[in-house]
Amino acid sequence: MAEGTRDARIIRSRLGARERLVRVWRYRELLVGMTRKELKVKYKNSVLGFAWSLVNPLLYLIVFYVAFQVILQSNTPAFPLFLLSGLLVWNLYGTGLSGATGSIVGNAGIVNKVAFPREILPLASVGAALVNFFLQGIVFIAALVIVRWDVAWEYLPLVPFALIGVLLLASALGILLSALNVYLRDTSHFLELALLAWFWMTPIVYPFMTIGGRGGWSTKVYMMNPVTPVVLVFQRAFYAKVDNDGVPILPDWSWGEYAGYLGLTFGVGFAALAIGVSVFGRLEANFAEEL
Amino acid sequence: MPAAIEVRGVSKRFRLYHERYNSLKERMIHFGRTPFEEFWAIRDADFEIEEGSTVGILGHNGSGKSTLLKCIAGILQPTSGEIVTRGRLAALLELGAGFHPELTGRENIFMNGSILGLAKKDIEKVFDEIVAFAELERFIDMQVRHYSSGMYVRLGFAVAVNVDPDILLVDEVLAVGDEAFQRKCLDRVAKFQKEGRTILFVTHAADLVRRICDRAIVLDHGMTVMDSTPGEAVRSFREHLAHGETGLAVPEMAPAPAPGEPERELTHGERMAASAIGSVLITNVAVEHPGCSADRTFLLPDEPMTVRVHYEASEPISDLLFGIAIGDKEGNHLFGINTRILEVEVPTVSGSGEMTFDFERVPMLDGTYLMTIAIQSSDEGTVYDWHEQRYSFDVMNPSRADGKVSFPVTIRFPAT
Repeated sequence: MAEGTRDARIIRSRLGARERLVRVWRYRELLVGMTRKELKVKYKNSVLGFAWSLVNPLLYLIVFYVAFQVILQSNTPAFPLFLLSGLLVWNLYGTGLSGATGSIVGNAGIVNKVAFPREILPLASVGAALVNFFLQGIVFIAALVIVRWDVAWEYLPLVPFALIGVLLLASALGILLSALNVYLRDTSHFLELALLAWFWMTPIVYPFMTIGGRGGWSTKVYMMNPVTPVVLVFQRAFYAKVDNDGVPILPDWSWGEYAGYLGLTFGVGFAALAIGVSVFGRLEANFAEEL
Repeated sequence: MPAAIEVRGVSKRFRLYHERYNSLKERMIHFGRTPFEEFWAIRDADFEIEEGSTVGILGHNGSGKSTLLKCIAGILQPTSGEIVTRGRLAALLELGAGFHPELTGRENIFMNGSILGLAKKDIEKVFDEIVAFAELERFIDMQVRHYSSGMYVRLGFAVAVNVDPDILLVDEVLAVGDEAFQRKCLDRVAKFQKEGRTILFVTHAADLVRRICDRAIVLDHGMTVMDSTPGEAVRSFREHLAHGETGLAVPEMAPAPAPGEPERELTHGERMAASAIGSVLITNVAVEHPGCSADRTFLLPDEPMTVRVHYEASEPISDLLFGIAIGDKEGNHLFGINTRILEVEVPTVSGSGEMTFDFERVPMLDGTYLMTIAIQSSDEGTVYDWHEQRYSFDVMNPSRADGKVSFPVTIRFPAT
């Protein structure tokens, strides 16, 4: 109880967005703890435990391999590596966002009893998804090493930025939707459908160049998807193949062009964060009553 | 020194929805006209709590006391106004302290500790103490959803008091748990008081407030009606209770048995009252407190009391006996006396008249007491009038002594 170290905590009906973010930062240790808790709760009472996080992309891989390579005969070379280089980061986004959306309602017991910045809960869901992503990533990289795949070394430095971009986007939308979900429980059901559509609007299963190269307004709309640059950076860096005997797969952009395109993700991400935090702040006042 | 807690003009409004529309379909159908009522759980609460003091918030159910505590804890946000708290704050609200049912006790201690702002290594330092305090050594690695409610509360309290809080907020939890654990909690509260920590607790146990608080705030329907010493506050709390809900000052009448229902057996007093022949009637009884101002409605312990009995006799009657009995609300007979026992000669009565019982002092400490007044023949063979427990008086205890009877006591130590 050292004097002078006590900082005053102010509780009032509304805090500004910046004050809120500063508060979250002060509680960063709790964020780590909550993330750990998310993972523990998720795999408690399950036999396979963490192995589930590896089984999931594996099943996706088998399904899409059969559907696209065997049945539809689309011949993307080394399809498993192509798919995984985009799928893993999409999974990070999708599971992070849907986990975040349900986080406030799912933790009603804590929200009703203890005070802490509530934004921690959606952020912890994204954090849990990130841990899974790293586990899957290790396996993926091991696979790349085993088959001696040529990654595009010069594009690797963009990968951390792409990762930060997608985390920003998932966190921002997660904060927004988690608050909405308290008042409108449809939000999480709606999100599941939206994510499914979003998944197919992102070049993960099919190469970007089959759509993105065509031009026209539909392509422009398509290009506004803020997850696409992230996926493209991952594919460009790890999958690395720009074309297959003259058939384009990934855009043949320079490092700078990829980086610039990634700027779209950050732009959308920061805008969503500003909106998300302020909406969250508005709705947070009555969380404990609504739950 | 700045106050540990400052509550500035805090109000909290709740919306009571008659029906809750949480799905999109329902929201669309009822768009913009979700029926709700507004009500103010707290209105303009404004006070400061000094560092190191122990303050109780008293109020009956629905007075807004728990809402206020939740606002101070930061779980609810006030609709208007501002609350400032200084120092680490640990809150124990109702059952449990925000544990996750899927996690073990051990994991929950760490999570709870970090929510309260402790680093992992700090929690490790107090971990054993928490487990020992909660008496959960054998169950600490069990998921808390298998815990009994008692274990839940013990763990919650153990965490809250062992994380070195500067401010402890407690809501009614001291009422749960077995007696031994309650005593342990109170010991810890006493230790906190000595260490100069700030304690704020919400209760409707007036006795507890009197015993451990330096000050108490009484809430009634969200309004602060009293902010004073515990004794004064308890008195005000009782008064509000009396005016607001049950008629504490007026003894409750036994409900008339419903037709067809077998009549319960009458008490002795009721039989006596029923047998009154009424040729001398008690027309009025006044309870006076000669030792204090006229507008005070209660006695302090050991103050004098006068009971003035007015009667009216339809014919001249001699050989009368006037009696008074005092009992508590639980039905214990505490004291009975009459003119024959005291060998007071009763003059022949005729027409209206008055007699008094003068009590030099009322040796009660606290509570509401009921009085029975009777007029009988001196051999108690005839009951003229009998008012069974129709009158009452209140004694309010301003001190921290606890119990019902005021024993005069001084405490000495042999001179060394």
